[in-house]
Amino acid sequence: MKYLTFATATLAATAISTTAWAETPELVVYTYDSFVSDWGPGPKIEEAFEATCGCDLKLMGVADGAALLARLKLEGARSDADVVMGLDTSLIAAAKETGLFAETPVDAEYDLPVEWNDPVFAPYDWGYFAFVHNKDLTPPADFKALGKSDLKIVIQDPRSSTPGLGLLMWVKAAYGDEAPAIWDAMADNVVTVTKGWSEAYGLFLEGEADMVLSYTTSPAYHLIAEEDDSKAAAAFDEGHYMQIEVVGKLAGSDQPALAEQFLNFMVSDAAQTVLPTTNWMYPAVTPSAGLPAGFETLTVPEKALLIPADEVPANREEALAEWLKALSQ
Amino acid sequence: MAQGAVAIDRTAINSKTGISAALFVLALILLALGAVISRAEVGAGLGPSDWAAVRFTVLQAACSAVVSVFLAIPVARALARRRFIGRAALVTLLGAPFILPVIVAVLGLLAVFGRSGWLNAALEAVGLPTVSIYGFHGVVLAHVFFNMPLATRLLLQGWQTVPSERLRLVAQLRLTPRAIFRAVELPMLAQVVPGALALVFVICLTSFAVALTLGGGPRATTIELAIYQAFRFDFDLGRAAVLSVVQLVLAGSMALIALWLVPVVRVGGGLDRVMPRWDARSGLQLVMDGCVIALAALFLLVPLAAVIWRGLLGLPQMPAEVYAAAGTSISIAVTSILVLLVLALPMAGWIAGRKGGAVETIGLLGLSASPLMIGTGWFIVINPIADPFDFTLLVTILVNAMMALPFALRILVPPMRDAVAQYERLSAILGISGWRLWRVVLLPRLRAQIGFAAGLTGALSMGDLGVIALFADPEQATLPLQMVRLMGAYRMDAAAGAALVLLALSLGIFWICDKGGRWRAEA
Repeated sequence: MKYLTFATATLAATAISTTAWAETPELVVYTYDSFVSDWGPGPKIEEAFEATCGCDLKLMGVADGAALLARLKLEGARSDADVVMGLDTSLIAAAKETGLFAETPVDAEYDLPVEWNDPVFAPYDWGYFAFVHNKDLTPPADFKALGKSDLKIVIQDPRSSTPGLGLLMWVKAAYGDEAPAIWDAMADNVVTVTKGWSEAYGLFLEGEADMVLSYTTSPAYHLIAEEDDSKAAAAFDEGHYMQIEVVGKLAGSDQPALAEQFLNFMVSDAAQTVLPTTNWMYPAVTPSAGLPAGFETLTVPEKALLIPADEVPANREEALAEWLKALSQ
Repeated sequence: MAQGAVAIDRTAINSKTGISAALFVLALILLALGAVISRAEVGAGLGPSDWAAVRFTVLQAACSAVVSVFLAIPVARALARRRFIGRAALVTLLGAPFILPVIVAVLGLLAVFGRSGWLNAALEAVGLPTVSIYGFHGVVLAHVFFNMPLATRLLLQGWQTVPSERLRLVAQLRLTPRAIFRAVELPMLAQVVPGALALVFVICLTSFAVALTLGGGPRATTIELAIYQAFRFDFDLGRAAVLSVVQLVLAGSMALIALWLVPVVRVGGGLDRVMPRWDARSGLQLVMDGCVIALAALFLLVPLAAVIWRGLLGLPQMPAEVYAAAGTSISIAVTSILVLLVLALPMAGWIAGRKGGAVETIGLLGLSASPLMIGTGWFIVINPIADPFDFTLLVTILVNAMMALPFALRILVPPMRDAVAQYERLSAILGISGWRLWRVVLLPRLRAQIGFAAGLTGALSMGDLGVIALFADPEQATLPLQMVRLMGAYRMDAAAGAALVLLALSLGIFWICDKGGRWRAEA
């Protein structure tokens, strides 16, 4: 009998604590996996936001940007998510097509190389794609020089990786109809094509290639985290293609006010100071304290390239076919 | 006659549990497939590039399977004939390449065969032209590295089923090694080789990252890559479902052919004695076996050494969170082993009681189903009822057990067949059936194989990234997921350290189970 009383009391206590806990509003944010990892921005962002919002921020990791969108399409309007963070400029058109996102006013003075006036998505960080190499190598000045050289590069497959797709867009944005010729010339420079960024970067560090497709901010990691200044990003005369990572609110969110607060938080100083040395990208709004030491050493492209979000899908189809043709020979 | 049939039927292993287990596995796959199809819009069929992918997939899988298994024959033969210091360790290490996370193994291979690997450094030093690993041969080389050790272990099990009385007899008859091969070893091989071929073929069929990376570009596109693309980038569920079906049909039909070919040979009973080898004592045979073992060990251990070396260097930089993830991985591995045994033992019993081996194909289907398809399918099934994130661990464990099932069946079915054939009548006469039949007759006889299968499952589950990457809760990270996260955050050295921990744990669980099974038994 005693046991029964005890059990009932425990159950009752659990019920009470559950109700009490449920009163704290919960904001569910879907993002890519590396954001939530212990060494990514996740833990610090969560701490900073929860300090001000009086809520419970739940960051859920889903592989990467592309998988994130696929997940959202699977869940549709029933999704538990309030906010999706980690889509990039090449996925925005497809994301809008789902009709799942809502316009959100975000108040920020962006420090992006391009004009930003998308009413749905707010950028939180960005970077330039670039070929990273060891400093002892004299890099080619552009894609044409790369094609003529006998330098070996590792790239990611555009069918499975966002940087891989970024490179397709880069060549397309720089050369348009000339793109197939550029790929033909580069075909013999490509040592291999990998599934994702990690594999390619690992291969490069292993000495399998002279250059790897990554970001201009990659050398910052080696410099700041490892005190190793041997890596550099090659500046290409055609300009560099940008990747802008964005955050957006779902129309079906049951916490729209909190979601809007989170979007504004992501472009505030508190979040922006965390991103450069955890996500290794440029902050969308330069924090008042400036960029972390070491970022001033990075290659800054003369020209920023970006294909408008709504033109990406058509360009992607064409560029993918051209890429496959050139590299399958 | 009728009475005899009844008597045997009563003693034969209760096939109901076996059939239920098989149906359960089939349901897991078909429900996922059905769920994906239910959400698909009618889209275009397969294009020319898809058919190119199908051709490449089949070609590389077939080549990899043939090369892996045929290279494994002399290695297994040499290992079966020789006893030497370090043999047990080598046999355990045979499991290592197979359970390594793909990317770690690829980096290990590249440290040896890569552009700036040891092989090319050596070639350059003596003034020879360097070789490139990238291309079709690279894909086959990597798959052989992964699967030849596994094939060797499977064939070695075959050698162990040869009764020691038979070897004593051939020694008394002073048969030449060649004659022994024809009289004793060839019939045994005929029984185990087709199954091993089918297994390796199916493993290579779903290869994606290895084939792409070592294949050197989009020429090396496999069906799995196309499935990945369809699910993630194009979100074309119709295409994903069609490609998944193609993959299942290919695996299923190939497995069916291979298992159909397995002759039902009764090796004949022995007294389960330990097996001293009197044959092959001449100098030439000794040198040959020595060379074969040394070459195989070199091929396997040098890339492995590269992995270990890099891991040791990275170990100090590894963050403490990795150890927490190790705990999650260990519990997943242990649970997966239990689930596997509950599925595999009754299924093996059922299959062993039948004449043909074709039902084993069901087991192979689990391996050939794309994890992405299973993950997405089950996501669609669970999502309307509950939060899929809550089911991550359960689905992971089920998928792990399902992936290990074909290995377990391949390991368990041949000796189970022999045990059933030999002891069926005796058990019937003694009235032993049901659970007692398992406890008294079958389990003690299959102890070594159960240990091996459990070990392999544990190691596979430990190293598998699988569906956890599809719906991972930040708190539920497994060791492979943490390793991938480290790599994604530029921390390649720390990731190498995590890979070493993963390798140690996988080999540890493999060794414990395998050793447990072979405890006080001849291996």
